Amino acid sequence: MNQANEFVFLFRQPALNQSPEKQEEIQKKWMDWIGGIAAQGKIASNGLHLTPDGSVLKTGGVVTDGPFVEIREILGGFIVVKADTMDEAITLAHGCPAIDEGGSVEIRSAFA
Amino acid sequence: MDQHEAALKHLFKQEFIKMVAVISKLYGLQHIEIAEDIVTETFLLATETWEHKGIPLNPAAWLYTVAKQKTLQYFRRNKIYAEKVMPQLSLQQQEYEEMAELNFSHQNIKDSQLQMLFAVCTPAIASEAQIGLALRILCGFGIDEIAEAFLSNKETINKRLFRAKEKLRNEKIQLEFPPESEIPRRLDNVLHIIYLLFSEGYYSKTQNEILRKDLCIEALRLGLMLTEYVKTNLPKTNALIALMCFHTSRFNARQTGQEASILYEQQDVMLWDQALINQGIHFLNLSAQGNEITSYHLEAWIAYWHSRKEDTHEKWENILQLYNRLLLINYSPTVALNRTYALYKANGRYAALIEAEKLNLEHNHFYYLLLGELYKTINDAKAKINYAKAKALAKTQTEKQGIQEKIDQLGQ
Repeated sequence: MNQANEFVFLFRQPALNQSPEKQEEIQKKWMDWIGGIAAQGKIASNGLHLTPDGSVLKTGGVVTDGPFVEIREILGGFIVVKADTMDEAITLAHGCPAIDEGGSVEIRSAFA
Repeated sequence: MDQHEAALKHLFKQEFIKMVAVISKLYGLQHIEIAEDIVTETFLLATETWEHKGIPLNPAAWLYTVAKQKTLQYFRRNKIYAEKVMPQLSLQQQEYEEMAELNFSHQNIKDSQLQMLFAVCTPAIASEAQIGLALRILCGFGIDEIAEAFLSNKETINKRLFRAKEKLRNEKIQLEFPPESEIPRRLDNVLHIIYLLFSEGYYSKTQNEILRKDLCIEALRLGLMLTEYVKTNLPKTNALIALMCFHTSRFNARQTGQEASILYEQQDVMLWDQALINQGIHFLNLSAQGNEITSYHLEAWIAYWHSRKEDTHEKWENILQLYNRLLLINYSPTVALNRTYALYKANGRYAALIEAEKLNLEHNHFYYLLLGELYKTINDAKAKINYAKAKALAKTQTEKQGIQEKIDQLGQ
């Protein structure tokens, strides 16, 4: 069997202040969506979730704190999936809750 | 078998594992077959003697005394004692006589059994042989019983056990508790073997219900043994025990004599063993300490929700989320199918159907059974096609018959 290729899904979404109920609803959407990919046996890594705050180091030692007001969408996390082709990876990315929230999924072929 | 005979059989089974563990601990795992022989001979003498004189007040103590004598005789006669054991003990005559004597104290029996558990569950042995060896050495099952549980024959099982024991010898596996640094890794293997042992009993195809329940109870006993030691009494150990308690609680409800196991939805709640469910909840609470969430945790939580019969949305939503997480650490087609069933109960038929179509488990009859179930009321013709595929792939006549009933219920 050929080793399936790996693709990284990078999730970007606007930082919104949502009610706990809304957050819980979104959380369920995420879990159901990732569970659907996992049910096909196509998760290579559950990746990491990122908190919205952080720092950026720039030329000249300039450190800026988050939230990153200059970017409309912030990086929320990533997962790694197994797929034979980019097309298949794009199909897997459909239904991603980030898209419903006005965000996006960036799909990148990855190598070790 | 009359009651007297059954009681003796039970006693022998219990004492077999203790005595083999203690003898092997003193004289080394390379002599494990000799230990088995000595114990078997002891039982033979016990049966003969007790038949005439009646069972002594303390039958276990009687057995230990005889086993001690037989062991010493054996090792002296075969010079193993003189050439291998004695030189290593540079002590006074009386002292090494005492040291070489078997110690059947409660504590030493417990310690020896735990060490035996770790020795048998060494990664050096293939897991199939390991389960056989565990059944024989840790649970005291007879070769005929093991053969029945595996739907195999005595010769095959004997060969398998022989190879496993040879491995123990060749790899020079010591009967000792692994060094502290190795416990986490070795414990994972021990837990895995106990899990397999339990599954062997729970899902075994043998018709012998008593044997299957015995297997499950023995697995549970080994799990409980691990809780008596601080280093092995970890949250994941408790999670595994909780899982086994919840499953065992439904054991009586699953049985229908000769028929196939009763499906969850048709089980009689009155037959669920509430005491075991409560035990399960107790161990589930203990498992909630610490940060590690293992597949045993997730499976135990799923089993917990299944032990609640009310068909609420909360229940299925919880089960769905647990399956979502389980899939991320432990994918298997069965978990994927169960997850899709939970999705159907929590999010509805349409949502589940879309996901089910993506699974591609073409050789699995449960897959088509699930598709049939999901297509029902949406598209009966498609439901029928899928049920027919499931029937063609089903392995037993009982299963095929059950699926045919579903097809008939759909009508024309």
